[in-house]
Amino acid sequence: MIEISGLRKAYRSRRGSVQAVDSVDLTVGEGEVFGVLGRSGAGKSTLLRCVNMLERPDAGTVTVGGVELTGLRGKRLRAARHGIGMIHQHFALLSSRTVAGNVAFALEVTGTPRAERRARVAELLELVGLSDRADAHPAQLSGGQKQRVGIARALAARPRVLLSDEATSALDPETTDSILRLLLDLNRRLGLTILLITHEMTVVKRICTSAAVMRDGRFTESGAITDLLRRPESELARDLFPLEPVTAAAGDTIVDITVSGDEADEPIIADLARRFGLDVRILGGSVETLAATRAGRWRLALPGAPDDNRAALDYLRERGVAA
Amino acid sequence: MTWQEIYDLLDVGVRETAWMVGVSALLTAVGGLLVGVLLVLTGAGGLLPLRPLNAVLGLIVNVGRSLPFIILLVAVIPFTRVVVGTTIGTDAAIVPLTIGAIPFFARIVESALREVPPDVVAAATAMGATRTQIVGKVLLREALPALVAGLTITVIALVGYSAMAGVVGGGGLGDLAIRYGYQRFETEVMIATVVALVVLVQLVQMVGDVLVRRLSHR
Repeated sequence: MIEISGLRKAYRSRRGSVQAVDSVDLTVGEGEVFGVLGRSGAGKSTLLRCVNMLERPDAGTVTVGGVELTGLRGKRLRAARHGIGMIHQHFALLSSRTVAGNVAFALEVTGTPRAERRARVAELLELVGLSDRADAHPAQLSGGQKQRVGIARALAARPRVLLSDEATSALDPETTDSILRLLLDLNRRLGLTILLITHEMTVVKRICTSAAVMRDGRFTESGAITDLLRRPESELARDLFPLEPVTAAAGDTIVDITVSGDEADEPIIADLARRFGLDVRILGGSVETLAATRAGRWRLALPGAPDDNRAALDYLRERGVAA
Repeated sequence: MTWQEIYDLLDVGVRETAWMVGVSALLTAVGGLLVGVLLVLTGAGGLLPLRPLNAVLGLIVNVGRSLPFIILLVAVIPFTRVVVGTTIGTDAAIVPLTIGAIPFFARIVESALREVPPDVVAAATAMGATRTQIVGKVLLREALPALVAGLTITVIALVGYSAMAGVVGGGGLGDLAIRYGYQRFETEVMIATVVALVVLVQLVQMVGDVLVRRLSHR
């Protein structure tokens, strides 16, 4: 649905130039929720703004829904933008308009006739649960309600893709939760493809099916969450499931295992103990419910040197869980 | 001088001032908005960056702002004669008043439009809005309370300018104060004029404040 390749964008200032986005490739499939995680200044905001040409990339291509955007200008670019919704960290609502007026604005932009606008606005406000605040002004709303207006507005033109620029970063944890639930719900009900950027691990944990970690304009890792979890070197996996460093007792074998999906419900550790007669000890670990699946990660200690446990390790590898 | 005479003089003076200020305020609102919007659009990071036009506009505005009004008044006399056909009277005074106030208001418009948060403009752009839609429905609409407050300041400045225009035959309250109060030592007329000016300015400010409060939803 979104295809980015070789994207580069630099900012020039008096102090020289900063490579905000440096050769980024990214594919977001239809109906996927893709999260780009990074600290401020990592270039994720620039990356997102390049997707709908709020920033013109220096090099590379951006294709959304089969339309190459980098070559478009004027009328055709505006038409393409109707198909890409966007929500913002500070909501970016029109303070002079009511809630309904803000949603209607997106429809005025697309040239929807007045009568149709009214019905569509009501429908959208219903969708985000704000029907009773239609005549309020943004200043009278809470942060969560403002973001709901932002979401309703972004969906007004029935886009297939939603870009989210730190949409929950200005919200408290509970409100963040309710907004994430709404986004996940829209993703499932409307088949909406979502590309979001965030610095919050919880956002990735709660709703993303795929993710990338961005640093200094580059992706340091990227892929489906379930795949990333299996990679021992994955920072994302480490941050999602932090394992305390342990000092291994002499003669023990330390194994990290990661399970996701159906495997998470299988009694792997018990299996291991039963089959190989091992006194498996759990040093640390956790089980979490991620957007798509349940997943767990443990650090186990097996008595004896790695060589003595070869059979057990092979078994784990075979089941595709060992790390 | 009887109260009736003073009242008659004031009546004429207030009407003349109101006419001068009213018409030039209307022209200034239109001209200042146009120049202010152009300054923002063509400026760096604007929706239609055009460096040369921006520089020329900025220069003209700055020249207009740097001339003391009394000098401008005299300097534009030839132009006034071309436009109105005469250089004396309230209609003639409207020309220098408008020329003097447009740069003033244009800068106010410019700063009011720059106060609109950039991410609101970005959001509209991301929705696929045209430049015209962004200017009309986002920039001007969002800045409306600030624009009305700025116009109030401009109108009050015009009341002050109009008194100067009176000196060179423009009529109005300024003319009255100079001819009767200053040159003929009619202290009562002077005091009456001052009171009339204070009331006028108060009224303008009050109307402006009420409008701003009505329009603002922040």
